[in-house]
Amino acid sequence: MKSSFPYRARTSLGRAIPLVILTLYAMLALFPIVMILMNSFKAKKAIFGAPFAFPTPETFSLIGYQTVTDRAAFSTYFLNSVIVTFTALILTLLIGAMAAFALAEYDFRGNTLTAIYLSIGIMIPIRLGTVGILRLMVSLKLVNTLTGLILIYTAQALPLTIFILSQFMRQVPKDLKDAARIDGASEYQIFGMVLPLVRPALGAIGIFTMIPIWNDLWFPLIIAPSSKTATVTLGVQQFLGQFVSDWNAVLSSLTLAMVPILLLYILFSKQMIRSITAGAIK
Amino acid sequence: MQSSKRRSRFPVHILVFLAPAVLLYTLFMVFPLINSLRLSFYDIGPKNQQSFAGLQNYVKLFTNENFAPFFWRALRNNFVFFAIHMLVQNSIALLLAGLLADGGRARNFFRTVIFLPTVLSVVIIGFIWQLILNPLWGVAESMLEAVGLGSWFGPWLGKPETALITVSLISVWQFVGIPMILFYAALIGIPDELMEAARVDGATGWDVFWRIKFPLILPTVGIVAVLTFVGNFNAFDLIYTMKGANAGPDFSTDIMGTFFYRTFFGQQLQLGNPAMGATVAAMMFLIILTGVLLYMFLWARRVQTYDM
Repeated sequence: MKSSFPYRARTSLGRAIPLVILTLYAMLALFPIVMILMNSFKAKKAIFGAPFAFPTPETFSLIGYQTVTDRAAFSTYFLNSVIVTFTALILTLLIGAMAAFALAEYDFRGNTLTAIYLSIGIMIPIRLGTVGILRLMVSLKLVNTLTGLILIYTAQALPLTIFILSQFMRQVPKDLKDAARIDGASEYQIFGMVLPLVRPALGAIGIFTMIPIWNDLWFPLIIAPSSKTATVTLGVQQFLGQFVSDWNAVLSSLTLAMVPILLLYILFSKQMIRSITAGAIK
Repeated sequence: MQSSKRRSRFPVHILVFLAPAVLLYTLFMVFPLINSLRLSFYDIGPKNQQSFAGLQNYVKLFTNENFAPFFWRALRNNFVFFAIHMLVQNSIALLLAGLLADGGRARNFFRTVIFLPTVLSVVIIGFIWQLILNPLWGVAESMLEAVGLGSWFGPWLGKPETALITVSLISVWQFVGIPMILFYAALIGIPDELMEAARVDGATGWDVFWRIKFPLILPTVGIVAVLTFVGNFNAFDLIYTMKGANAGPDFSTDIMGTFFYRTFFGQQLQLGNPAMGATVAAMMFLIILTGVLLYMFLWARRVQTYDM
Protein backbone atom coordinates (compact mmCIF):
# COMPACT_ATOMS: atom_id res chain seq x y z
CA MET A 1 0.00 0.00 0.00
CA LYS A 2 1.32 3.41 -0.92
CA SER A 3 1.08 5.73 2.03
CA SER A 4 1.90 9.27 1.09
CA PHE A 5 1.59 12.13 3.53
CA PRO A 6 -1.29 14.08 1.91
CA TYR A 7 -3.38 10.94 1.89
CA ARG A 8 -2.85 10.39 5.59
CA ALA A 9 -3.51 14.02 6.39
CA ARG A 10 -6.75 13.89 4.47
CA THR A 11 -8.02 10.81 6.28
CA SER A 12 -7.18 12.09 9.72
CA LEU A 13 -8.90 15.37 8.87
CA GLY A 14 -11.80 13.31 7.55
CA ARG A 15 -11.96 11.61 10.91
CA ALA A 16 -11.65 14.78 12.93
CA ILE A 17 -14.40 16.82 11.28
CA PRO A 18 -17.26 14.44 12.13
CA LEU A 19 -16.01 14.28 15.70
CA VAL A 20 -15.91 18.08 15.92
CA ILE A 21 -19.43 18.45 14.51
CA LEU A 22 -20.83 15.78 16.82
CA THR A 23 -19.08 17.29 19.84
CA LEU A 24 -20.38 20.77 19.08
CA TYR A 25 -23.90 19.50 18.57
CA ALA A 26 -23.79 17.40 21.73
CA MET A 27 -22.74 20.52 23.63
CA LEU A 28 -25.63 22.46 22.12
CA ALA A 29 -28.00 19.68 23.19
CA LEU A 30 -26.69 19.52 26.73
CA PHE A 31 -25.81 23.06 27.70
CA PRO A 32 -29.31 24.49 28.34
CA ILE A 33 -30.12 21.53 30.58
CA VAL A 34 -26.82 21.76 32.43
CA MET A 35 -27.28 25.51 32.91
CA ILE A 36 -30.61 24.94 34.67
CA LEU A 37 -29.39 22.05 36.85
CA MET A 38 -26.27 23.92 37.86
CA ASN A 39 -27.85 27.26 38.64
CA SER A 40 -30.69 25.76 40.63
CA PHE A 41 -28.17 25.12 43.42
CA LYS A 42 -26.90 28.69 43.56
CA ALA A 43 -27.92 31.83 45.40
CA LYS A 44 -29.65 34.48 43.34
CA LYS A 45 -26.61 36.72 43.20
CA ALA A 46 -24.48 33.97 41.73
CA ILE A 47 -27.16 32.96 39.22
CA PHE A 48 -26.91 36.38 37.66
CA GLY A 49 -23.31 37.24 38.54
CA ALA A 50 -21.68 34.08 37.22
CA PRO A 51 -24.22 31.95 35.36
CA PHE A 52 -21.56 29.72 33.79
CA ALA A 53 -19.81 28.82 37.05
CA PHE A 54 -20.47 25.64 38.96
CA PRO A 55 -21.90 26.19 42.44
CA THR A 56 -19.15 26.66 45.02
CA PRO A 57 -19.48 26.45 48.80
CA GLU A 58 -19.89 30.25 48.84
CA THR A 59 -22.60 30.38 46.17
CA PHE A 60 -24.39 27.15 47.07
CA SER A 61 -28.02 27.63 48.12
CA LEU A 62 -31.15 25.52 48.36
CA ILE A 63 -33.49 28.47 48.77
CA GLY A 64 -35.27 27.68 45.50
CA TYR A 65 -36.02 24.13 46.55
CA GLN A 66 -37.36 25.46 49.82
CA THR A 67 -39.80 27.76 48.04
CA VAL A 68 -40.92 24.94 45.79
CA THR A 69 -41.54 22.48 48.61
CA ASP A 70 -43.34 25.17 50.64
CA ARG A 71 -45.49 26.55 47.88
CA ALA A 72 -46.17 23.84 45.34
CA ALA A 73 -47.88 20.51 45.93
CA PHE A 74 -45.11 18.72 44.11
CA SER A 75 -45.64 15.43 45.93
CA THR A 76 -49.31 15.42 44.86
CA TYR A 77 -48.33 16.18 41.27
CA PHE A 78 -45.76 13.39 41.27
CA LEU A 79 -48.18 10.91 42.75
CA ASN A 80 -50.83 11.86 40.17
CA SER A 81 -48.37 11.49 37.30
CA VAL A 82 -47.15 8.15 38.60
CA ILE A 83 -50.69 6.81 39.03
CA VAL A 84 -51.84 7.99 35.62
CA THR A 85 -48.74 6.90 33.75
CA PHE A 86 -48.39 3.46 35.29
CA THR A 87 -52.06 2.53 35.21
CA ALA A 88 -52.38 3.63 31.59
CA LEU A 89 -49.17 1.78 30.77
CA ILE A 90 -50.29 -1.50 32.32
CA LEU A 91 -53.76 -1.25 30.77
CA THR A 92 -52.24 -0.49 27.36
CA LEU A 93 -49.81 -3.40 27.51
CA LEU A 94 -52.37 -5.91 28.77
CA ILE A 95 -55.32 -4.92 26.58
CA GLY A 96 -53.06 -4.22 23.62
CA ALA A 97 -51.31 -7.57 23.92
CA MET A 98 -54.65 -9.37 24.08
CA ALA A 99 -55.89 -7.71 20.91
CA ALA A 100 -52.55 -8.17 19.17
CA PHE A 101 -52.62 -11.84 20.06
CA ALA A 102 -56.12 -12.27 18.61
CA LEU A 103 -55.13 -10.52 15.38
CA ALA A 104 -51.87 -12.42 15.01
CA GLU A 105 -53.09 -15.84 16.09
CA TYR A 106 -56.56 -16.39 14.67
CA ASP A 107 -57.82 -16.34 11.15
CA PHE A 108 -61.37 -15.08 11.61
CA ARG A 109 -63.76 -13.14 9.46
CA GLY A 110 -63.12 -9.42 9.89
CA ASN A 111 -59.52 -9.84 11.05
CA THR A 112 -58.06 -7.48 8.45
CA LEU A 113 -60.90 -5.04 8.91
CA THR A 114 -60.39 -4.94 12.67
CA ALA A 115 -56.65 -4.47 12.18
CA ILE A 116 -57.23 -1.55 9.81
CA TYR A 117 -59.84 -0.02 12.10
CA LEU A 118 -57.47 -0.19 15.05
CA SER A 119 -54.55 1.24 13.11
CA ILE A 120 -56.32 4.40 11.95
CA GLY A 121 -55.44 5.84 15.35
CA ILE A 122 -51.70 5.55 14.66
CA MET A 123 -51.72 8.55 12.36
CA ILE A 124 -54.73 10.55 13.56
CA PRO A 125 -53.90 12.40 16.78
CA ILE A 126 -56.47 11.92 19.55
CA ARG A 127 -56.32 15.65 20.33
CA LEU A 128 -58.46 16.38 17.31
CA GLY A 129 -61.36 14.74 19.14
CA THR A 130 -60.97 16.97 22.19
CA VAL A 131 -64.38 18.62 21.86
CA GLY A 132 -66.01 15.19 21.83
CA ILE A 133 -63.77 13.86 24.59
CA LEU A 134 -64.61 16.71 26.93
CA ARG A 135 -68.34 16.20 26.32
CA LEU A 136 -67.99 12.48 26.92
CA MET A 137 -66.03 13.09 30.13
CA VAL A 138 -68.67 15.52 31.35
CA SER A 139 -71.47 13.02 30.76
CA LEU A 140 -69.50 10.20 32.38
CA LYS A 141 -68.65 12.53 35.31
CA LEU A 142 -64.95 11.91 34.72
CA VAL A 143 -63.87 15.54 34.51
CA ASN A 144 -61.14 16.29 37.05
CA THR A 145 -60.48 12.63 37.73
CA LEU A 146 -57.36 10.62 37.09
CA THR A 147 -59.55 7.84 35.69
CA GLY A 148 -60.55 10.09 32.80
CA LEU A 149 -56.92 10.74 31.93
CA ILE A 150 -56.03 7.06 32.22
CA LEU A 151 -58.81 6.04 29.81
CA ILE A 152 -57.82 8.68 27.24
CA TYR A 153 -54.13 7.79 27.36
CA THR A 154 -54.87 4.09 27.07
CA ALA A 155 -57.10 4.65 24.04
CA GLN A 156 -54.40 6.86 22.52
CA ALA A 157 -51.61 4.33 23.01
CA LEU A 158 -53.51 1.21 21.90
CA PRO A 159 -53.28 1.54 18.08
CA LEU A 160 -49.49 1.60 17.83
CA THR A 161 -49.10 -0.96 20.62
CA ILE A 162 -51.38 -3.41 18.87
CA PHE A 163 -49.74 -2.82 15.51
CA ILE A 164 -46.22 -3.47 16.78
CA LEU A 165 -47.08 -6.31 19.16
CA SER A 166 -49.04 -8.27 16.58
CA GLN A 167 -45.96 -8.25 14.34
CA PHE A 168 -43.87 -9.64 17.15
CA MET A 169 -46.48 -12.23 18.05
CA ARG A 170 -46.54 -13.54 14.50
CA GLN A 171 -42.90 -14.50 14.93
CA VAL A 172 -43.58 -16.83 17.85
CA PRO A 173 -43.15 -20.35 16.40
CA LYS A 174 -46.39 -22.15 15.68
CA ASP A 175 -45.08 -25.52 16.89
CA LEU A 176 -44.76 -24.17 20.40
CA LYS A 177 -48.41 -23.16 20.55
CA ASP A 178 -49.67 -26.29 18.82
CA ALA A 179 -47.75 -28.50 21.22
CA ALA A 180 -49.40 -26.69 24.12
CA ARG A 181 -52.80 -27.09 22.48
CA ILE A 182 -52.29 -30.84 22.12
CA ASP A 183 -51.43 -30.93 25.82
CA GLY A 184 -54.86 -29.45 26.42
CA ALA A 185 -53.95 -25.83 27.11
CA SER A 186 -56.78 -23.34 26.69
CA GLU A 187 -56.40 -20.35 24.37
CA TYR A 188 -56.01 -18.13 27.43
CA GLN A 189 -53.16 -20.28 28.70
CA ILE A 190 -51.50 -20.04 25.30
CA PHE A 191 -51.75 -16.26 25.47
CA GLY A 192 -50.11 -16.44 28.90
CA MET A 193 -47.35 -18.53 27.35
CA VAL A 194 -46.74 -16.18 24.40
CA LEU A 195 -46.67 -13.00 26.50
CA PRO A 196 -43.27 -13.60 28.15
CA LEU A 197 -41.83 -14.44 24.73
CA VAL A 198 -42.45 -10.92 23.44
CA ARG A 199 -41.09 -9.28 26.59
CA PRO A 200 -38.43 -7.19 24.81
CA ALA A 201 -41.13 -5.66 22.59
CA LEU A 202 -43.32 -5.02 25.63
CA GLY A 203 -40.43 -3.22 27.30
CA ALA A 204 -39.72 -0.98 24.35
CA ILE A 205 -43.37 -0.13 23.79
CA GLY A 206 -43.69 0.51 27.51
CA ILE A 207 -40.99 3.16 27.52
CA PHE A 208 -42.33 4.86 24.41
CA THR A 209 -45.87 4.84 25.80
CA MET A 210 -44.81 6.26 29.13
CA ILE A 211 -42.86 9.29 28.01
CA PRO A 212 -45.62 11.11 26.08
CA ILE A 213 -48.13 10.38 28.84
CA TRP A 214 -45.85 11.71 31.55
CA ASN A 215 -45.03 14.79 29.47
CA ASP A 216 -48.52 15.61 28.16
CA LEU A 217 -49.91 19.06 28.93
CA TRP A 218 -53.03 19.12 26.75
CA PHE A 219 -55.33 16.63 28.47
CA PRO A 220 -54.46 17.50 32.08
CA LEU A 221 -55.11 21.13 31.12
CA ILE A 222 -58.48 20.36 29.55
CA ILE A 223 -59.85 17.29 31.34
CA ALA A 224 -58.25 17.46 34.80
CA PRO A 225 -57.00 20.96 35.63
CA SER A 226 -57.95 20.94 39.33
CA SER A 227 -55.11 21.22 41.84
CA LYS A 228 -55.95 17.76 43.21
CA THR A 229 -55.59 16.03 39.84
CA ALA A 230 -52.80 18.10 38.28
CA THR A 231 -49.92 16.04 36.90
CA VAL A 232 -46.29 17.12 37.16
CA THR A 233 -46.29 18.68 33.72
CA LEU A 234 -49.39 20.77 34.40
CA GLY A 235 -48.37 21.52 37.99
CA VAL A 236 -44.96 22.79 36.90
CA GLN A 237 -46.52 24.82 34.12
CA GLN A 238 -48.88 26.56 36.54
CA PHE A 239 -46.29 26.97 39.26
CA LEU A 240 -43.84 28.53 36.81
CA GLY A 241 -46.53 30.89 35.58
CA GLN A 242 -47.02 32.22 39.11
CA PHE A 243 -43.37 32.38 40.12
CA VAL A 244 -41.79 33.72 36.91
CA SER A 245 -39.84 36.36 38.75
CA ASP A 246 -38.49 34.05 41.46
CA TRP A 247 -35.50 32.65 39.59
CA ASN A 248 -34.43 30.29 42.36
CA ALA A 249 -37.88 28.73 42.50
CA VAL A 250 -38.15 28.49 38.71
CA LEU A 251 -34.78 26.79 38.30
CA SER A 252 -35.45 24.39 41.18
CA SER A 253 -38.90 23.37 39.98
CA LEU A 254 -37.54 22.76 36.47
CA THR A 255 -34.81 20.59 37.94
CA LEU A 256 -37.28 18.65 40.09
CA ALA A 257 -39.50 18.04 37.07
CA MET A 258 -36.58 16.92 34.90
CA VAL A 259 -34.72 14.63 37.26
CA PRO A 260 -37.07 11.59 37.29
CA ILE A 261 -37.19 11.44 33.49
CA LEU A 262 -33.46 12.06 33.20
CA LEU A 263 -32.74 9.20 35.60
CA LEU A 264 -35.08 6.87 33.71
CA TYR A 265 -33.44 7.90 30.47
CA ILE A 266 -29.92 7.33 31.76
CA LEU A 267 -30.97 3.87 32.97
CA PHE A 268 -32.83 2.81 29.83
CA SER A 269 -31.40 4.88 26.98
CA LYS A 270 -29.43 1.96 25.56
CA GLN A 271 -32.49 -0.30 25.35
CA MET A 272 -34.65 2.55 24.06
CA ILE A 273 -32.36 3.46 21.19
CA ARG A 274 -31.58 -0.16 20.43
CA SER A 275 -35.29 -0.95 20.18
CA ILE A 276 -35.79 1.72 17.51
CA THR A 277 -32.74 0.77 15.51
CA ALA A 278 -33.47 -2.95 15.76
CA GLY A 279 -37.05 -2.41 14.65
CA ALA A 280 -35.92 -0.45 11.64
CA ILE A 281 -33.37 -2.99 10.48
CA LYS A 282 -35.93 -5.75 10.52
CA MET B 1 -73.44 -9.72 19.94
CA GLN B 2 -75.62 -12.57 21.07
CA SER B 3 -77.29 -12.83 17.71
CA SER B 4 -74.10 -12.62 15.71
CA LYS B 5 -72.66 -15.40 17.85
CA ARG B 6 -75.57 -17.63 17.03
CA ARG B 7 -75.33 -16.89 13.34
CA SER B 8 -71.68 -17.50 12.70
CA ARG B 9 -70.19 -19.39 15.66
CA PHE B 10 -67.72 -16.61 16.37
CA PRO B 11 -65.29 -18.10 18.89
CA VAL B 12 -65.78 -16.60 22.34
CA HIS B 13 -62.09 -16.37 23.18
CA ILE B 14 -61.42 -14.13 20.18
CA LEU B 15 -64.12 -11.80 21.41
CA VAL B 16 -62.66 -11.81 24.91
CA PHE B 17 -59.21 -10.92 23.55
CA LEU B 18 -60.43 -8.18 21.22
CA ALA B 19 -63.33 -6.62 23.08
CA PRO B 20 -61.49 -4.51 25.70
CA ALA B 21 -59.21 -2.85 23.13
CA VAL B 22 -61.92 -2.31 20.54
CA LEU B 23 -64.38 -0.94 23.12
CA LEU B 24 -61.93 1.41 24.81
CA TYR B 25 -60.55 2.66 21.51
CA THR B 26 -64.01 3.13 20.05
CA LEU B 27 -65.49 4.85 23.08
CA PHE B 28 -62.61 7.19 23.93
CA MET B 29 -61.03 7.82 20.57
CA VAL B 30 -63.17 7.04 17.54
CA PHE B 31 -66.51 8.12 18.95
CA PRO B 32 -65.30 11.53 20.28
CA LEU B 33 -63.52 12.16 17.00
CA ILE B 34 -66.64 11.44 14.96
CA ASN B 35 -68.75 13.41 17.40
CA SER B 36 -66.37 16.37 17.04
CA LEU B 37 -66.63 16.20 13.27
CA ARG B 38 -70.43 16.01 13.56
CA LEU B 39 -70.58 19.01 15.88
CA SER B 40 -68.77 21.12 13.31
CA PHE B 41 -72.05 21.02 11.32
CA TYR B 42 -74.17 22.12 14.30
CA ASP B 43 -74.95 25.21 16.27
CA ILE B 44 -74.66 24.72 20.02
CA GLY B 45 -76.80 26.99 22.19
CA PRO B 46 -75.96 28.19 25.70
CA LYS B 47 -78.00 25.34 27.20
CA ASN B 48 -76.37 22.80 24.94
CA GLN B 49 -79.26 22.73 22.45
CA GLN B 50 -77.96 21.53 19.12
CA SER B 51 -79.40 22.59 15.80
CA PHE B 52 -78.15 21.58 12.39
CA ALA B 53 -76.30 24.42 10.73
CA GLY B 54 -74.94 22.86 7.56
CA LEU B 55 -71.71 24.46 6.45
CA GLN B 56 -72.39 27.69 8.34
CA ASN B 57 -69.54 27.17 10.81
CA TYR B 58 -67.10 26.63 7.98
CA VAL B 59 -68.30 29.73 6.17
CA LYS B 60 -67.87 31.63 9.41
CA LEU B 61 -64.36 30.26 9.87
CA PHE B 62 -63.34 31.35 6.38
CA THR B 63 -65.10 34.72 6.19
CA ASN B 64 -66.17 36.09 9.60
CA GLU B 65 -63.89 38.86 10.80
CA ASN B 66 -63.64 37.30 14.28
CA PHE B 67 -62.36 34.01 12.94
CA ALA B 68 -61.05 34.21 9.38
CA PRO B 69 -57.97 36.43 9.92
CA PHE B 70 -56.93 34.27 12.88
CA PHE B 71 -57.53 31.04 11.00
CA TRP B 72 -55.52 32.03 7.94
CA ARG B 73 -52.70 33.42 10.05
CA ALA B 74 -52.57 30.26 12.20
CA LEU B 75 -52.55 28.12 9.06
CA ARG B 76 -49.78 30.16 7.46
CA ASN B 77 -47.73 30.16 10.66
CA ASN B 78 -48.21 26.43 10.94
CA PHE B 79 -46.81 25.92 7.45
CA VAL B 80 -43.81 28.09 8.38
CA PHE B 81 -43.42 26.00 11.55
CA PHE B 82 -43.50 22.84 9.42
CA ALA B 83 -41.14 24.22 6.76
CA ILE B 84 -38.54 25.10 9.40
CA HIS B 85 -38.78 21.59 10.83
CA MET B 86 -38.40 20.00 7.40
CA LEU B 87 -35.49 22.18 6.35
CA VAL B 88 -33.58 22.58 9.59
CA GLN B 89 -34.54 19.68 11.84
CA ASN B 90 -34.51 16.96 9.23
CA SER B 91 -31.33 18.17 7.49
CA ILE B 92 -29.43 18.38 10.76
CA ALA B 93 -30.84 14.97 11.67
CA LEU B 94 -29.62 13.50 8.38
CA LEU B 95 -26.18 15.03 8.83
CA LEU B 96 -25.83 13.77 12.40
CA ALA B 97 -27.15 10.33 11.48
CA GLY B 98 -24.71 10.12 8.57
CA LEU B 99 -21.81 10.98 10.86
CA LEU B 100 -22.96 8.55 13.54
CA ALA B 101 -23.51 5.72 11.08
CA ASP B 102 -19.90 5.99 9.89
CA GLY B 103 -18.94 4.63 13.26
CA GLY B 104 -16.06 5.97 15.23
CA ARG B 105 -15.40 6.50 18.85
CA ALA B 106 -18.01 7.61 21.36
CA ARG B 107 -20.83 6.98 18.90
CA ASN B 108 -23.14 5.66 21.62
CA PHE B 109 -22.39 8.64 23.80
CA PHE B 110 -23.30 11.14 21.06
CA ARG B 111 -26.44 9.22 20.17
CA THR B 112 -27.61 9.24 23.77
CA VAL B 113 -26.84 12.92 24.39
CA ILE B 114 -28.42 14.21 21.19
CA PHE B 115 -31.57 12.16 21.78
CA LEU B 116 -31.88 13.32 25.40
CA PRO B 117 -33.95 16.51 24.93
CA THR B 118 -36.71 14.54 23.19
CA VAL B 119 -37.61 12.68 26.38
CA LEU B 120 -38.17 15.86 28.38
CA SER B 121 -41.54 17.55 28.55
CA VAL B 122 -42.11 20.38 26.09
CA VAL B 123 -43.14 22.52 29.06
CA ILE B 124 -39.71 22.12 30.63
CA ILE B 125 -37.92 22.75 27.35
CA GLY B 126 -40.01 25.85 26.72
CA PHE B 127 -39.17 27.35 30.07
CA ILE B 128 -35.51 26.41 29.86
CA TRP B 129 -35.12 28.27 26.57
CA GLN B 130 -37.12 31.20 27.85
CA LEU B 131 -34.56 31.54 30.61
CA ILE B 132 -31.57 31.01 28.34
CA LEU B 133 -32.81 33.65 25.88
CA ASN B 134 -33.90 36.07 28.60
CA PRO B 135 -31.86 39.29 28.25
CA LEU B 136 -32.13 39.69 32.02
CA TRP B 137 -30.05 36.57 32.59
CA GLY B 138 -27.94 37.22 29.52
CA VAL B 139 -26.73 33.64 28.99
CA ALA B 140 -27.42 33.54 25.26
CA GLU B 141 -26.05 37.04 24.82
CA SER B 142 -22.74 36.36 26.57
CA MET B 143 -22.33 33.12 24.61
CA LEU B 144 -22.81 34.98 21.34
CA GLU B 145 -20.39 37.65 22.52
CA ALA B 146 -17.82 34.96 23.24
CA VAL B 147 -17.81 33.98 19.56
CA GLY B 148 -17.97 37.59 18.40
CA LEU B 149 -21.63 37.63 17.43
CA GLY B 150 -22.87 39.71 20.36
CA SER B 151 -24.56 42.21 18.07
CA TRP B 152 -26.84 39.50 16.70
CA PHE B 153 -28.58 39.09 19.99
CA GLY B 154 -32.01 40.59 20.46
CA PRO B 155 -35.25 39.89 22.29
CA TRP B 156 -36.06 37.23 19.68
CA LEU B 157 -39.04 35.82 21.53
CA GLY B 158 -40.57 39.23 22.06
CA LYS B 159 -40.51 40.56 18.51
CA PRO B 160 -43.26 39.56 16.07
CA GLU B 161 -40.77 39.19 13.21
CA THR B 162 -38.56 36.69 14.99
CA ALA B 163 -40.78 34.98 17.57
CA LEU B 164 -42.16 32.25 15.29
CA ILE B 165 -38.74 31.34 13.92
CA THR B 166 -37.29 31.26 17.42
CA VAL B 167 -40.03 29.04 18.77
CA SER B 168 -39.72 26.73 15.75
CA LEU B 169 -35.97 26.43 16.23
CA ILE B 170 -36.45 25.56 19.89
CA SER B 171 -38.81 22.79 18.82
CA VAL B 172 -36.22 21.68 16.25
CA TRP B 173 -33.58 21.62 18.98
CA GLN B 174 -35.76 19.41 21.14
CA PHE B 175 -36.94 16.90 18.53
CA VAL B 176 -33.97 16.53 16.17
CA GLY B 177 -33.15 13.26 17.95
CA ILE B 178 -36.19 11.44 16.58
CA PRO B 179 -35.49 11.81 12.84
CA MET B 180 -31.80 11.35 13.63
CA ILE B 181 -32.42 7.94 15.20
CA LEU B 182 -34.74 6.90 12.36
CA PHE B 183 -32.20 7.93 9.70
CA TYR B 184 -29.43 6.30 11.69
CA ALA B 185 -31.34 3.05 11.96
CA ALA B 186 -31.94 3.03 8.21
CA LEU B 187 -28.31 3.87 7.43
CA ILE B 188 -26.79 1.13 9.57
CA GLY B 189 -29.18 -1.32 7.91
CA ILE B 190 -27.45 -0.87 4.55
CA PRO B 191 -25.11 -3.80 3.91
CA ASP B 192 -21.42 -2.88 3.83
CA GLU B 193 -20.78 -4.73 0.55
CA LEU B 194 -22.75 -2.11 -1.36
CA MET B 195 -20.50 0.69 -0.17
CA GLU B 196 -17.32 -1.35 -0.45
CA ALA B 197 -17.95 -1.90 -4.13
CA ALA B 198 -18.40 1.81 -4.71
CA ARG B 199 -15.29 2.70 -2.74
CA VAL B 200 -13.21 0.26 -4.70
CA ASP B 201 -14.42 2.07 -7.80
CA GLY B 202 -13.00 5.25 -6.30
CA ALA B 203 -16.16 6.98 -5.05
CA THR B 204 -15.71 9.56 -2.29
CA GLY B 205 -17.63 9.50 0.98
CA TRP B 206 -19.85 12.30 -0.34
CA ASP B 207 -20.68 10.33 -3.51
CA VAL B 208 -21.35 7.17 -1.56
CA PHE B 209 -23.74 9.02 0.70
CA TRP B 210 -25.82 10.77 -1.96
CA ARG B 211 -25.66 8.15 -4.72
CA ILE B 212 -25.98 4.97 -2.69
CA LYS B 213 -27.07 5.53 0.88
CA PHE B 214 -29.59 8.31 0.41
CA PRO B 215 -31.64 6.57 -2.31
CA LEU B 216 -31.73 3.47 -0.13
CA ILE B 217 -33.15 5.32 2.86
CA LEU B 218 -35.83 7.19 0.87
CA PRO B 219 -38.62 5.20 2.56
CA THR B 220 -37.38 6.55 5.91
CA VAL B 221 -37.24 10.08 4.49
CA GLY B 222 -40.94 9.73 3.68
CA ILE B 223 -41.80 8.42 7.13
CA VAL B 224 -39.86 11.26 8.77
CA ALA B 225 -41.65 13.81 6.59
CA VAL B 226 -45.11 12.51 7.41
CA LEU B 227 -44.32 12.20 11.13
CA THR B 228 -43.03 15.78 11.11
CA PHE B 229 -46.17 16.95 9.34
CA VAL B 230 -48.57 15.23 11.72
CA GLY B 231 -46.61 16.34 14.77
CA ASN B 232 -46.35 19.95 13.63
CA PHE B 233 -50.01 20.38 12.74
CA ASN B 234 -50.92 18.93 16.11
CA ALA B 235 -48.43 21.02 18.13
CA PHE B 236 -49.60 23.17 21.01
CA ASP B 237 -47.64 22.67 24.23
CA LEU B 238 -44.52 24.64 23.32
CA ILE B 239 -46.30 27.76 22.10
CA TYR B 240 -48.78 27.65 24.99
CA THR B 241 -45.92 27.33 27.49
CA MET B 242 -43.71 30.02 26.01
CA LYS B 243 -46.23 32.49 24.63
CA GLY B 244 -49.53 31.63 26.30
CA ALA B 245 -52.88 30.88 24.66
CA ASN B 246 -52.74 34.19 22.78
CA ALA B 247 -49.54 33.09 21.04
CA GLY B 248 -47.97 36.51 21.26
CA PRO B 249 -46.53 38.89 20.44
CA ASP B 250 -49.51 40.01 18.41
CA PHE B 251 -50.51 36.40 17.52
CA SER B 252 -47.26 36.03 15.59
CA THR B 253 -46.67 32.51 16.97
CA ASP B 254 -50.28 31.37 16.65
CA ILE B 255 -50.57 27.92 15.09
CA MET B 256 -53.56 25.62 14.58
CA GLY B 257 -53.24 24.03 18.04
CA THR B 258 -53.31 27.33 19.95
CA PHE B 259 -56.04 28.71 17.69
CA PHE B 260 -58.11 25.59 18.36
CA TYR B 261 -57.60 25.94 22.11
CA ARG B 262 -58.65 29.61 22.11
CA THR B 263 -61.66 29.02 19.92
CA PHE B 264 -62.86 26.11 22.01
CA PHE B 265 -62.19 27.56 25.47
CA GLY B 266 -62.30 31.26 24.83
CA GLN B 267 -59.86 33.86 26.06
CA GLN B 268 -59.98 36.82 28.37
CA LEU B 269 -62.97 38.60 26.84
CA GLN B 270 -64.37 36.09 24.42
CA LEU B 271 -66.43 33.08 25.46
CA GLY B 272 -65.47 29.64 24.29
CA ASN B 273 -67.37 28.21 21.37
CA PRO B 274 -67.52 24.39 21.19
CA ALA B 275 -69.08 24.28 17.73
CA MET B 276 -66.43 26.57 16.24
CA GLY B 277 -63.79 24.65 18.20
CA ALA B 278 -65.03 21.46 16.57
CA THR B 279 -64.85 23.20 13.20
CA VAL B 280 -61.22 24.19 13.73
CA ALA B 281 -60.45 20.63 14.84
CA ALA B 282 -62.19 19.31 11.73
CA MET B 283 -59.96 21.53 9.57
CA MET B 284 -56.89 20.20 11.40
CA PHE B 285 -58.21 16.70 10.81
CA LEU B 286 -58.59 17.41 7.08
CA ILE B 287 -55.11 18.89 6.82
CA ILE B 288 -53.48 15.97 8.64
CA LEU B 289 -55.51 13.43 6.68
CA THR B 290 -54.48 15.08 3.41
CA GLY B 291 -50.84 14.87 4.45
CA VAL B 292 -51.11 11.22 5.44
CA LEU B 293 -52.98 10.26 2.26
CA LEU B 294 -50.50 12.14 0.06
CA TYR B 295 -47.73 10.23 1.75
CA MET B 296 -49.50 6.89 1.37
CA PHE B 297 -50.51 7.24 -2.25
CA LEU B 298 -47.95 9.55 -3.80
CA TRP B 299 -44.82 8.76 -1.86
CA ALA B 300 -45.00 5.31 -0.32
CA ARG B 301 -46.30 3.73 -3.53
CA ARG B 302 -43.68 5.25 -5.79
CA VAL B 303 -40.62 4.94 -3.66
CA GLN B 304 -38.95 1.62 -4.12
CA THR B 305 -38.33 -0.29 -0.92
CA TYR B 306 -35.24 -2.43 -1.24
CA ASP B 307 -34.92 -5.64 0.65
CA MET B 308 -31.60 -5.49 2.38
